[in-house]
Amino acid sequence: MSDSLHTVTALPTERRTGCPFDPPAELLDARRHGPLSGFTHPGGKPGWLITGYDMVRSVLADPRFSSRKDLMNVVDFQLPPAPPGEFLLMDEPEHSRYRKPLVGKFTVRRMRMLTERIEQITADCLDAMEAAGPSADLVTAFAKPIPTIVICEILGVPYADRASFQEQIDTFMGGEVSDEELIAAYTATQEYLAQLVAAKRAHPTDDVLSELTDSDLTDEELRGISLILLAAGFDTTANMLSLGTFALLQNPDQLAALRADPALTDGAVEELLRYLSVAKTFHRTALEDVELDGHTIKAGTTVVLSYNTANRDPDRFADPHTLDLGRQATGHLAFSHGIHQCLGQQLARVEMRVAFRALIDRFPTLRLAVPAAEVRLRPETADIFGVKSLPVTWDAK
Amino acid sequence: MSAPRLSADRERCIGAGMCAMTAPDVFDQDPDDGLVLLLHTEPPAAHRAAARMAVGVCPSGAIAFHEPEPGGS
Ligand code: HEM
Ligand code: SF4
Repeated sequence: MSDSLHTVTALPTERRTGCPFDPPAELLDARRHGPLSGFTHPGGKPGWLITGYDMVRSVLADPRFSSRKDLMNVVDFQLPPAPPGEFLLMDEPEHSRYRKPLVGKFTVRRMRMLTERIEQITADCLDAMEAAGPSADLVTAFAKPIPTIVICEILGVPYADRASFQEQIDTFMGGEVSDEELIAAYTATQEYLAQLVAAKRAHPTDDVLSELTDSDLTDEELRGISLILLAAGFDTTANMLSLGTFALLQNPDQLAALRADPALTDGAVEELLRYLSVAKTFHRTALEDVELDGHTIKAGTTVVLSYNTANRDPDRFADPHTLDLGRQATGHLAFSHGIHQCLGQQLARVEMRVAFRALIDRFPTLRLAVPAAEVRLRPETADIFGVKSLPVTWDAK
Repeated sequence: MSAPRLSADRERCIGAGMCAMTAPDVFDQDPDDGLVLLLHTEPPAAHRAAARMAVGVCPSGAIAFHEPEPGGS
């Protein structure tokens, strides 16, 4: 219980120079004052910021906090409800109606069965990278193509359409483009997905989207689901792969340990998830008055949850700012907690385990091609954190 | 018997697979609906620690350990 409440007036817009992997100093500082801080949303609306691990986790598990987009009280106009199928921003029972038919398609077992295919996709990317070497931008050669091809296979995007589809999603997610280009790419993606759903309904093929047409979900809902799989699954994984490689290269002793011991791979992926937490902030809105740490979160107030700061909470993870691939990182919040915990996490794990392993095995001399300070980071205001490009080089064989 | 018993609530389960990943000898996911399946209701001692950890990380509170009554039969 804290009598003098620490307040943060806006989310920080920058990380400290030289600390590209750490949450901004203001957030780490807020957590040191206590798990809960006063906060003002960009639209001037009062809110709260939660940075302590235990409190973030308990809010995520608490049904008195809503994920609904139309309840989010952060701007001075009313937000629309989430479109059909986009269940990330819905509560029960709508959320379950969409999530339930999907979970059977993303089980640990099914995702492990995809391992071989993901190994092949990764090997193809590495072959191309090596052939064009001995240097590359790891983002375009490795981090983006792997999750894009994987999601194309899940949605059953035909080979002939892949290049143009990849270009579109690349533009509307993380691309540095004008608003007009962004809207155009977004609309094109929506139209493409609508067409794809119709095609799968008419002629089912061997993929998750076709399987889903055999349910009571409408075409519009299936389009929404496809969009959310794409939006939630592509940029997150791509940034974990590129920022993760950057983090490994900046921690040579950890990289050497991982190289030497393949058994470290699964744990290394969990620790990279914790340490980097690229999906860094999400919102929840109180449905009724809720007491937290002696303060009342009033019904209708939106709280900002800082997953990346919570994952650096020293009360939960000893020496939290050290990347320690051998630590027990399970329980991290990089995939969230509660009913919205990442649907694609088992897929993301397989992608990362396969891709990091294959990359470091293929290029034993992999290193940055520019000084670390010159690696261009995404702005802190981006939803998903990461690097814009990662120039790397290696000794040709 | 004095072994702790596990229970799983398939209504609450959201199919995140944390249990099947953390304690694969104790939990699985139904191949059709992706929801939790208990392979053991009384996990053998060797798997109890992993099962406990799975209970701790389950995002929806769908699985629980019930300790035997201290004085019970
Ligand atoms: C390393 C990569 C990934 C990270 C860090 C990540 C992170 C997250 C997080 C933090 C959430 C929950 C947001 C909240 O608390 O409201 C989430 C939800 C979700 N993720 Fe992921 N994700 C990743 C990969 C994927 C992949 C590969 C897919 C699918 C192909 C996917 C699909 C989803 C979906 C559908 C949801 C919504 C779940 C719900 O609302 O019930 N994600 N993800
Ligand atoms: S961890 Fe919990 S929510 Fe996830 S599959 Fe197991 S029981 Fe269900």
